[in-house]
Amino acid sequence: MCKISKIITNFLICFFLLTINTFSKDIELPKENWSFKGITGKFDRASLQRGYQVYTEVCSSCHSMSLLSYRNLGEPGGPEFSVEQVKAIAANFEVTDGPDSEGEMFTRPGRPSDKFVSPYPNIKAAMAANGGAYPPDMSVLVKARKGGADYIYAVLTGYTEAPVNFELEEGVYYNKYMDGNKIKMSNPLSDDLITYGDGTKATEAQMAKDVTTFLTWAAEPHLETRHKLGFKVIIFLTILSILVYFSMRRLWSRINSEE
Amino acid sequence: MSEHTYTPKSKFGKWFNDRLPLLSLASHLTEYPTPKNLNYWWTFGGILTFCLLSQIITGLVLAMHYVAHADMAFSSIEHIMRDVNYGWLIRYIHSNGASMFFLAVYIHIFRSLFYGSYKSPREIIWILGMIIYLLMMATAFMGYVLPWGQMSFWGATVITNLFSAIPLVGESITTWLWGGYSVDNPTLTRFFSLHYLFPFLILGLVVLHIWALHVPGNNNPIGIDVKKPSKDTVPFHPYITIKDLFALLIFLIIFSGFIFFAPNVLGHSDNYIEANPLVTPKHIVPEWYLLPFYAILRSVPDKLGGVVLLFGSIFILMALPWLDSSKVRSSIFRPLNKLFFWVLVIDVLALGYVGAMPAEGLYLLIARLGTIYYFAHFLIILPILSRIEKTQPLPLSITEPVLTGMPKTELIRSDKRDV
Amino acid sequence: MNNSEQKNNRRDFLFTATYTVGAVGIGATIWPFIDQMNPDSSVKALATTEVDISQIQPGKSITVLWRGKPVFIKRRTPTEISEAQSVSLDDLKHPEKDKDRVKKAEWLVMMGICSHLGCVPLSDKGDYNGWFCPCHGSHYDTSGRIRKGPAPTNMEIPVYAFIDDNTIKIG
Repeated sequence: MCKISKIITNFLICFFLLTINTFSKDIELPKENWSFKGITGKFDRASLQRGYQVYTEVCSSCHSMSLLSYRNLGEPGGPEFSVEQVKAIAANFEVTDGPDSEGEMFTRPGRPSDKFVSPYPNIKAAMAANGGAYPPDMSVLVKARKGGADYIYAVLTGYTEAPVNFELEEGVYYNKYMDGNKIKMSNPLSDDLITYGDGTKATEAQMAKDVTTFLTWAAEPHLETRHKLGFKVIIFLTILSILVYFSMRRLWSRINSEE
Repeated sequence: MSEHTYTPKSKFGKWFNDRLPLLSLASHLTEYPTPKNLNYWWTFGGILTFCLLSQIITGLVLAMHYVAHADMAFSSIEHIMRDVNYGWLIRYIHSNGASMFFLAVYIHIFRSLFYGSYKSPREIIWILGMIIYLLMMATAFMGYVLPWGQMSFWGATVITNLFSAIPLVGESITTWLWGGYSVDNPTLTRFFSLHYLFPFLILGLVVLHIWALHVPGNNNPIGIDVKKPSKDTVPFHPYITIKDLFALLIFLIIFSGFIFFAPNVLGHSDNYIEANPLVTPKHIVPEWYLLPFYAILRSVPDKLGGVVLLFGSIFILMALPWLDSSKVRSSIFRPLNKLFFWVLVIDVLALGYVGAMPAEGLYLLIARLGTIYYFAHFLIILPILSRIEKTQPLPLSITEPVLTGMPKTELIRSDKRDV
Repeated sequence: MNNSEQKNNRRDFLFTATYTVGAVGIGATIWPFIDQMNPDSSVKALATTEVDISQIQPGKSITVLWRGKPVFIKRRTPTEISEAQSVSLDDLKHPEKDKDRVKKAEWLVMMGICSHLGCVPLSDKGDYNGWFCPCHGSHYDTSGRIRKGPAPTNMEIPVYAFIDDNTIKIG
């Protein structure tokens, strides 16, 4: 009886494991060695600052980041620009404010408390300007894609020549990692497209890496605090559970020695 | 509780207790005689109480900052994640808390299945538990709609459309649930209201669940009745409380691992895209804890049939105390039941797995076989099994196996059931 | 005997340590739940506001919103200024010199909140030509100082600065 039950159970377990293995066939994403991965992961400040530059000079002409404010750029755990730098960055943008005492809307230079200025007034306008495809808002993009940072980086560096028999419509580009291999955004990056303020060579891979780091921070601005706090919490809980464990042993020893 | 004759020592205590016997209640709860051989599978009741309170407290806090409006819900969640002091922490506790709550409740339910805790005289505890479980699913589902992401929106659309399968009135019911002709702002606001209400209903039912438990007392791994209080029992406090606390701390370490280091692995990335009624995500999947039921739903090629099986799979559990008529509770002494218990566990896991996969080809086949087995387990296997199974002899008291690991032969009473 | 005493001590120490660590943990857990009700970072970031004062005529005032509360910006006439400056400190319930309450004598920038229970006083009303709070009858003078009624203190002066002759930054 026991033997039969074991055989059946083992068979079922094998069957279950097999189904899992056979059917996990997602495209392998290249695994980058991100500084923010792992339980003590932190952002690379310089990379975040460069990534912000890539976003403003390249991506922001089409992609909004409406959930971020300029003040976020100076907050701890982010690119950590200085207060003056944040003010200067914000002042570069024209923000619509109002209505004033006459009831008119007016524009003024941005302040740190303002949200990132969007390239289009609304989604319909964004779609109209981009051939019907809406360039997604980038605020939480990294969390909104399976594979996260690895996926974003893979798509940015995944533009290659289409295979011979692959049909591409007008305004559609081939990308190794995009779903269906078709993407409506042309390759946004090329070597030396921008000049980094800190003198880093702006290769395509470097820019992709920096902007991905920046977008990861944008999606999860408290990542560093979270990791640090988590570390403390788990150490604390471990100590407490050891103490409770020995207290429990002590208490139960009364019961167990009574008999 | 009735057999309790507690008299407070102080005069004021006595005066108060005569008018509102809170002190008697406290004394009952601390002295409540509990079988001393309870293993760690029994600590999940305490863990679940913690989960419920944690969800209620973090939920109250989130409701202070959340805006239940289709235009603002998504960005108000991001406001909590970005701007509110410790908002990210509280929201991650709440969202991962739902998963941990279900993890604990599944262990709790399967523990009950293994040790026969649903059997006489504990049928009411079991049924109350099942109602709590149903309410938990409803609460979790409505809570998942609140961030107003793509999965929220389309999950809500798919699940509310289940009701349209009801003949004649289905369409009207769905429209009534939505408050419109599709899932929209009225749906969101009513889900928020009910999501706020249901946990308190659950809390009330939990009180009844524990009350009903304290009448016959705990079942135990051996599954035999325990005289109480006796040398087989210990007072609930401090012996069981500290054991529950230890288990809770271990549970919290795992919980913290999710909150701090993998807060989004149990969720779906599409829910970070704001709801869009024009675009359906490629694969709509519910949260992991609802996947087995989702697989059952999709395994039936008929709309009404799928919905009937979905609800049937939950309601069938309520009849379990009468489907399994074996007098022996614990599966330790029921070799066949033990075997089929593990088959059921694997079946539910397999259903959960295919529930996450597209409903086609081999997945669909596995889902159908899994569904057939699920119902066969409760409707055919258990009733037959409980009649023909040759159970092993039961010990006379739990003290013997606790002390020696093996029951002493002279204390063993023969299995009195007539086959 | 001695042995069991030692054992007891160790038990006491173990239980005390467990209780203490547990209490610390509960305390630390409560903090986030309290702090979440404090002003969040988006609220704190809005703490300054800039106001154009070029359009205000002498004797007139405007009310602007700062941190969700009204701020009075009054361009005082010479009569009002001298009235405010000539009051003897002994006559005041809350003695403050007028020159300590303004940066430029012509401009009075003041929180428009009665120090009694938080109502907004009416301007150019009351026995002292300043403000009058209709809620419980407090009279303020042309420097916003309490002269009569239940209010305990003068109206509060916010942190502000003149960016140039026409712009004030509050906060």
